[in-house]
Amino acid sequence: MNIEELEQIAESVRQENAKYDYEVNVCMDLACASQGAGQLREALAKAAEASGKKVLVRRTGCMGPCSSGPLVRVDPQDALYHHVKADRAGAIVSSLGGAPVPDLQCDLNEHFESQVRVVLENAGHIDPEKIDDYIARDGYKALLTALTEMTPNAVVQQITESGLRGRGGGGYPTGLKWGTVAKASGDLKYVVCNGDEGDPGAFMDRSVMEGDPHRVIEGMALAAYAVGASKGFIYVRAEYPIAVARLTAGLRDARRRGLLGNNICGTPFGFDIEIRLGAGAFVCGEETALLASIEGRRGTPKPRPPYPAVSGLFGKPTLINNVETFANIAPIVRNGGKWFSGMGSERSKGTKVFALTGKITHTGLVEVPMGISLRKIIEGIGGGVPGGHTFKAVQTGGPSGGCIPAEMLDVGVSYDALVKMGSIMGSGGMIVMDDTSCMVNVARFFIEFCMSESCGKCIPCRAGTAQMFNLLTRICHGQGTMSDLELLEELCDTIKETSLCGLGMTAPNPVLSTLKYFKNEYLEHIERKRCPAGVCNIEVPVEVLA
Amino acid sequence: MRKNGFARYALIETLHTVQSSFGYLDDDAIRFVARSLRVPLSQAYGVVTFYHYFSLKPPGKHTLTVCAGTACYIKGADKLIAAAEKRLGIAKGQTTADGNISLMEARCVGACSRAPVALCDGEVAGEVSEEQVLAQLERWAVA
Repeated sequence: MNIEELEQIAESVRQENAKYDYEVNVCMDLACASQGAGQLREALAKAAEASGKKVLVRRTGCMGPCSSGPLVRVDPQDALYHHVKADRAGAIVSSLGGAPVPDLQCDLNEHFESQVRVVLENAGHIDPEKIDDYIARDGYKALLTALTEMTPNAVVQQITESGLRGRGGGGYPTGLKWGTVAKASGDLKYVVCNGDEGDPGAFMDRSVMEGDPHRVIEGMALAAYAVGASKGFIYVRAEYPIAVARLTAGLRDARRRGLLGNNICGTPFGFDIEIRLGAGAFVCGEETALLASIEGRRGTPKPRPPYPAVSGLFGKPTLINNVETFANIAPIVRNGGKWFSGMGSERSKGTKVFALTGKITHTGLVEVPMGISLRKIIEGIGGGVPGGHTFKAVQTGGPSGGCIPAEMLDVGVSYDALVKMGSIMGSGGMIVMDDTSCMVNVARFFIEFCMSESCGKCIPCRAGTAQMFNLLTRICHGQGTMSDLELLEELCDTIKETSLCGLGMTAPNPVLSTLKYFKNEYLEHIERKRCPAGVCNIEVPVEVLA
Repeated sequence: MRKNGFARYALIETLHTVQSSFGYLDDDAIRFVARSLRVPLSQAYGVVTFYHYFSLKPPGKHTLTVCAGTACYIKGADKLIAAAEKRLGIAKGQTTADGNISLMEARCVGACSRAPVALCDGEVAGEVSEEQVLAQLERWAVA
C-alpha cells in the first residue's frame, strides 16, 4: 500500500458513489436505533428500490442532535430530517429531485452554526464498517505521509506544536507525553487507547469508536510510529458491544489493506492492535489501573512515579491516550500542528466534543472550539432548558467534576477555567440541571457512585467516601446538623489531599462545588428541614396531640 | 482460551467468554479457568468479584436493566427502579423467586441523550416512563 494506491481506492469509492444521484444517510447510533432507525433504513432501502431512482441508502454514525432522532440526511439536497418514522420513508424517497419534505425538516441551524467539527468530521458521512469510505475522506493519508516523508521526531514535533492536551480529563500536554515515551529506552513499547468511558453521562468516545473506528486506529498507528512502539491495545468497556464489534471489524479491514501488521506501506515499521474488554469498573479509567486490568488483574491503581511512560504495561514504556485524543491525531498530522493551534483558547487548543444531556432541549453530541462560553453551548447550541423551568447548574467532568451555577455561565470553556470554578473538563459530559434538581441529592448520588467504585486500595477513598455518603444521607433525610456540615468539609479536604489516585483526589469535587455555590440548599435541609426542589423525602416530625 | 494462547493476562477475556456462554460464573467455571490459565484461584476470584460486569448468580429468564448514569438519574431513573422493585417485590440486583425476572442497575450504557434508559433483555429503550416499565414486567410475568 502506498499513497497512489490509497488515492486509487478513494477514487473508486467516489466513482461508485457517483453512480447514484442521491445519498440518503440514516443515523444508526444507539440513540436513533432505540427509536426505530433500523426499520427506517429497511423501509428507505425498499422505497428507493421501488422508485427506480438511483439512491444510495447508507447507515452512519451519530450525527449529533440525538433528541431529534431518528435522523436522516439527504445529499445533495443537504436536507436534515428529524423524528423520521419508518412509514415516512416513501415520502422522503419521492421528494428526491424535488423540494424536501417540509414537515420532517428540522431547523437546527443555530445548533450546527457554532460548532467546529474535527473529531466528528466524518460523523454522519461514512459507513463505519467500510474502510474505503474512511479512505475516501482522506483517511490513512496522514499515516502513509508520516511513514514515507516524516521522521518519528517530526511527528512528535507536530503534535507538540498543535498544543493538543489529553482529552481524557487531566489535560496533560500530549506532545510532552509522546516525547517522554519516545525518549524512553527499551526495544518493546506499547501504545494503549483508553476507551473505558466510565463517566456516566458522557458518550462521545462510544460515538467515535462506533461511528469512525478507523480514525482511532490511524491515530494509534501514528502514535506508535512517533514513539517507536510495535504493539497496541484498545481497552473498551464491555457495556459497549457495538463499539467492540466495529473496532474488531475495523482492525481486520486495516490488516487486510496492509495498514496494520508488518512492514506497513513497504517500510520497516510494523504495528498491530488488540482489543481488551473492560468489565465495569470506573477506576479502570485511571491509567495504572487500566494497565493492571489489561494484564488480567484487579484494576487497582499504583503510586506514580514510575509513570507508565517509563514503566507501564508489562513493565515496558507505554503511551496511554484517550479515544478522543487519538481521534485528533490524524487531522493534526494531515493539516499541521499550526492549523490545530489556530483554534481554541490560549492554553487549551483545538476543539472539544461535549455530550449535552439532562434537562436541555437538544441533547446529543456537540463539538465546539475551546474557549466558547458555557452559555453559548447550553442556551445557543443546546436550546436551553425546556418546559418553562429555570436553569440551575451544569455538571461537568462526571463524578470527579463539579456543578457550575448560572452566574458563571459566561466563562469560556477551557481546562484551566473549569478547574478554577471547582470542576474539571473530564471526558466532556455536560449534564444540565433545572430547578427540579436538588443539589444535595445530586452530591449524594455522586458520592454513592464514588463509594461503590472505590477500588478499596487506599483508606481515605475507601472509608472516606462511605462516611461522606452517610453524612449526606442524613442531611438529605433532614437529620443533619451543622456539625455534620463541618465534618463533611473536613473530610473533603482529607480525601482530596491523601488519596492515591485521581478517583479519590477528585471524589469530593461534587460536594465541594455544591457547598461553594449552593450552600443555602444544604442549610435549608439542615435548619428548616425542607428540600427546596422537593426531591428529598424529608419526614416532618408529627406533633403528637396529647 | 486457545485464541489467546492460554496467556495469563487473558483472564478477563476468558471470563467474558464463559459468562456470555453460561450467563454467569459459578465456582466450577472459575476454578476451571484459573487452572487452565495457571492463575492462582485467589486472583481469578478477586477479578470476578472486583468487576461489576461479572455475575456469580444465574440471571432470570428475562432481565430488566435500568441505567443509573447521571443523566438518567437526573431524569428520574431512581423512580423507575423503585417502581419495578415494588412490583416485583425484590431489590435491585436480585431475581424473582421463580427465576423469571432479574432487575439490574447499569452504570451507564452511553445513550444519555435519551435518558432515562432501560434495557429489556438487552434491547435499548429510551425515554422510558414508569408505566412502560410496569407494562413490560406485566408482559413478562404472563409469558
